[in-house]
Amino acid sequence: MSDKKDITLTVNGRDHNVAVDPRWTLADVIRDHCGQTGTHLGCEHGICGACTVLVDDTPVRSCLMFGVQADGKKIRTVEGLANGDEYHPLQKAFMENHALQCGYCTPGFLMLATGILEAQPDISDDDLNEVLSSNLCRCTGYANIIKAVRAARDEMKAAS
Amino acid sequence: MATATNRMLGHLGDSVERLEDPPLVTGKGRFVGDINFPDQLHMRIVRSDHAHGKIKSVDTSAAEAVPGVVAVWTTTDIDDVPPIDFREGSDPTLALFRQYALARELVRYVGDPVAAVFAEDPYTAEDAAELVTINIEPLPVLINADDDPQDFKGKATTEAAVVEQGYGDIDETFASAYKVVEVDVKVSRHTGVPMECRGAIGRYDEARDVLEMYGAAKVPHRNRDTLCRMLNRPASGMHLFEGHTGGGFGIRGELYPEDVLVCVAAMRLRRPVKWIEDRQEHLMAANHSRQQRHIIRAAVAEDGEVVGLDDELYLDQGGYIRTHGTRVANMTTGTLPGPYRFPVYRSICHFRLTNKTPAATYRSPGRCESTFVRERLMDAVAVAMDMDPIAVRRRNLISLEEMPYGRALDVLGDSVEHDPGDYAGLLDQGLAQIGWDDLQKQLAERRANGEMVGAGISMFFEKSGLGPSDGAKIFIDNSGFIEVVTGGASIGQGFETAMAQIAAEDLGTDYRRIRVVHGQTNRIDYGVGAHASRATVLTGTAVSLTAQAVRAKALDMAAELLQTTADTLTITDGVVHSKDNPTGPSLTLGEIAEALMPTSKLLGGREPYLKGEEWFHIDHQTYPYGHHIAVVKVDPDTGGVEIEKYFIAYDIGRSINPMMIEGQLVGGLAQGVGGALFEEFTYSEAGDPQAVTFADYLMPTLKETPDPEILLTEDFPSIRTPLGIKGAGEAGITGAAGAIASAIDNAIGIPGAVTETPVSPQRLKKILSEHGK
Amino acid sequence: MKPAAFEYHAPTTVDEAVALLAEHAPNDGRILAGGQSLVPTMAFRLARPNHLIDINNVADLGKLTVEDGALCIGATVRHAQFHTPACNGVLGHLLTDVVGNIAHYPIRQRGTFCGSVAHSDPASEWCMVAATLDATMVAQSASGERLIPAAEFFETVMTTNLNEDELLREVRIPMLSDDTVYGFQEFNRRAGDFAISMTLVTYRLESGKITDPHIGVGGAEDRPRRIAEAEAALAGQTPGDEAFRAAADAAAAAIDPMEDHATNAQYRRDLTATLVRRALENAAS
Repeated sequence: MSDKKDITLTVNGRDHNVAVDPRWTLADVIRDHCGQTGTHLGCEHGICGACTVLVDDTPVRSCLMFGVQADGKKIRTVEGLANGDEYHPLQKAFMENHALQCGYCTPGFLMLATGILEAQPDISDDDLNEVLSSNLCRCTGYANIIKAVRAARDEMKAAS
Repeated sequence: MATATNRMLGHLGDSVERLEDPPLVTGKGRFVGDINFPDQLHMRIVRSDHAHGKIKSVDTSAAEAVPGVVAVWTTTDIDDVPPIDFREGSDPTLALFRQYALARELVRYVGDPVAAVFAEDPYTAEDAAELVTINIEPLPVLINADDDPQDFKGKATTEAAVVEQGYGDIDETFASAYKVVEVDVKVSRHTGVPMECRGAIGRYDEARDVLEMYGAAKVPHRNRDTLCRMLNRPASGMHLFEGHTGGGFGIRGELYPEDVLVCVAAMRLRRPVKWIEDRQEHLMAANHSRQQRHIIRAAVAEDGEVVGLDDELYLDQGGYIRTHGTRVANMTTGTLPGPYRFPVYRSICHFRLTNKTPAATYRSPGRCESTFVRERLMDAVAVAMDMDPIAVRRRNLISLEEMPYGRALDVLGDSVEHDPGDYAGLLDQGLAQIGWDDLQKQLAERRANGEMVGAGISMFFEKSGLGPSDGAKIFIDNSGFIEVVTGGASIGQGFETAMAQIAAEDLGTDYRRIRVVHGQTNRIDYGVGAHASRATVLTGTAVSLTAQAVRAKALDMAAELLQTTADTLTITDGVVHSKDNPTGPSLTLGEIAEALMPTSKLLGGREPYLKGEEWFHIDHQTYPYGHHIAVVKVDPDTGGVEIEKYFIAYDIGRSINPMMIEGQLVGGLAQGVGGALFEEFTYSEAGDPQAVTFADYLMPTLKETPDPEILLTEDFPSIRTPLGIKGAGEAGITGAAGAIASAIDNAIGIPGAVTETPVSPQRLKKILSEHGK
Repeated sequence: MKPAAFEYHAPTTVDEAVALLAEHAPNDGRILAGGQSLVPTMAFRLARPNHLIDINNVADLGKLTVEDGALCIGATVRHAQFHTPACNGVLGHLLTDVVGNIAHYPIRQRGTFCGSVAHSDPASEWCMVAATLDATMVAQSASGERLIPAAEFFETVMTTNLNEDELLREVRIPMLSDDTVYGFQEFNRRAGDFAISMTLVTYRLESGKITDPHIGVGGAEDRPRRIAEAEAALAGQTPGDEAFRAAADAAAAAIDPMEDHATNAQYRRDLTATLVRRALENAAS
């Protein structure tokens, strides 16, 4: 067995001091040791994207990073999207456009979309499709996810 | 009045936002992986890596020695636990083929559970599981269901059953046919693959002697009943709890070996036991589905009428028969005729075991397969008769005048009786909306310019609302908050919203003031769960009847308090008032509930509480119908297929929430496209599964999934349900493979080219090169 | 699907990293860069290194500059850094065109160029780029630096010329002259999947004739490589359908395609001919 390492993860602005086994994936550390279970595991091999979180504002698959690698980094998960009782425009758009059914892939899509819309507020529809093809959804057939993210993009742009 | 109505959302037919969504978009969902109990153990299954063999020995000593491991079980540790029984009760003819929670004597597929490790954390459990060594003496591996059956345990053959359905004189009809058209088509092995893998937590509450299982889905009440039978427990001491469920699609929520194991382990190890499936396990352990080969013939009259249909099919059931028994065989043979008349019919299903993952139902079981087969045949008939494919279909559709149309076929114990519907009329509407004639012209022009483009159609009828009965309870507390308790299940389809909308309609309240309970066996005695597109039809109608009863009780009590008669009153936004004088004297539902408390002096002779419980009994399933049209472009050099346009027409009878219905259709289509073009569980000769990662099991991404145009009609409400509703869960997938195959044939100009799904680029390229294209 | 246990090392200098590698490589110690290929194989426990030497905190490995006529790509440069041209001229655009085909956006934020090359999946776009453009690999060990030409670097599936104690510190891709034209083609079943076959072609024109053609094929064989027979068929020809088809057929004939459960050799061969032809057409247009 390997020794545990003490790390600090800043998840949605809150510091978590965790003694991690180096083999624990970032996803497992966020879920099991920071109590934030909104980040979901769909495949644990980097294909489905359900576990997408923002690490230093960049969307990454949290199943493909070890928790120990995120020491001192700023992690954002779906739990941190809303501002108190006020939904993030993406959350609102997902509900208004019926962009979720079972909701399991939803946190991954929300964080992926958050990352890309923050990085490229003017992203084109085509480029958005490219990025959104990163994650798998088994319920919606994607059409409403596209509509929702486009709607949020337009709203976020208008508000900025 | 206008203000009140505007505030009050969620009537029948409104596309309101879903009640389910807020927790799901904020990360507050409670999926089974998110639930933890103090002191819980984690279970890891050790699975067979042989497809077929005798278990000589299992050595668990090294695993047991790993620090943090509490126990390692093989079948001898649970030799008192019987094999997993059928959902609908015992069936002596199939009992031999059931699966034990841990393999006994034999392993029958790669992935068959052989041992279970219980450890303090999932990482340790997986470490220890690797150290369990299983010594297996290999036996011959049977991969194809259409190969000769083999011996099964010296007591039977792998042909577990032959399911035959039909009516009329086949031999006579074929002997006198003008033409006989035959096709031989295969549907690949693929399945639901929800985004959340399975999971289960067993917890034994010694203080109350109650065994609990979390992570239930689809049919919690049925699974409770089966577990009670298997573990010899009373229903009051066995409870299943459904949390959020990350997709169901028919495969999730059946009673699997792992569910049984966590329950037994929780009792014997006296600690909560959690099992979370990983994706590699899921792709070899959760139910597969679909794999069938049909050899089917049509006897055709000179005018294109198909006067007889004769089908023989081989259903690949995999290693064991699981909870469904022969349901897929039954539904395939019972629904194959689809929307057509076919006066003489026979289908013989060879229901056969192989050495692959056990198979069962996946969204639209039996209809998906049989629709592909039937529509391939209808295209072949069109070619053989030199008729237009639409004309051939039109010639054979059951007409409105013949409805309701019964046939001597059984679907899940119900004799098929088509709901009234205008199949040809919807076809006319669909073709008009998509501009079929112009489309044909455009495609012909493009083909003349060298493009491989084409269109295809697939017609189907669906079944939904399987009976016989379901009940619901409604309770309104003295704050006016409404709780609807059902035995339904929520698998992501919007069950809570639909039930709330139905209840709100009669209770005159905003649907957001209603809490809908589902999947909790300790809250209601009975439940049908969520399968076979029955939740809205059956449970929804029970909720509607209950809401009507509670409304009547509320108005009756209010009438006394307001010194009027109930028929002069109505409910708006949770307030009972005079129909004629909305601003006059009124009572809130909460005030009425207060008046109905057991201690209330106003109770009179009434039963206490503002509550009700009603049942709905259905005499036949409902049969919605529709068609799919696909337009595809084939790249002759790569064999790639691009879906340029897609259209779905569907008669729902009556919509509860059109937004959610369209969501079901679009989502179902994505899975249909997966089955038609991408998804397939292939096996090596030795029985090794070759698609056990998401890099090999190809589910469509956004780029491969069309955004269909949808024509949703309410022309023919079901005569089987008071609200006229029919199911919506499966129509998006049922017609997909048939329409896409037909469009590909049309695009490449080779009639009958597609005989097998998925139409991979490699398969299509081979077809093209065989035809010199 | 939880990785087996390993010991974690997080060096901050190259010297420290290669010293750790020298120490632990004999006991299955490996470099962890982006982890986008290694971590999944660890999740399946197909890889179970005893030591991981994480180079993400090593200074001086983030180099992405043009030196001595080559674009030098350090070991921690991520795929996403090529979303916009990493250098002036044709090469920068070429790499930007290719990078969009590598997996998906979040993977590209984390995965590294050198990590892909060192991992040497036959279907890796960067491996094919390195092979086609005659990149030089800079291998660093505790005992010094070694330069490896691409033609010698890729050996077979996930096997390279790197020694176990060597870190792939840098990849150098020669800059392309302004008159170089290129075409890239890849085919897969779904967006972002590994290529079933892919090709990168470059050439220049002198007096209307094709000169210095490079035709690289990846995904089809056990390693990416330039296809000499196809280049020979193209050299000295006038760009056009006839020459392109000849080169494409030569490429298809020359390769020894892999077979797997999903794809047979014949399909890969036919597909490669199509892709080479289309890439050449792209280059010419």
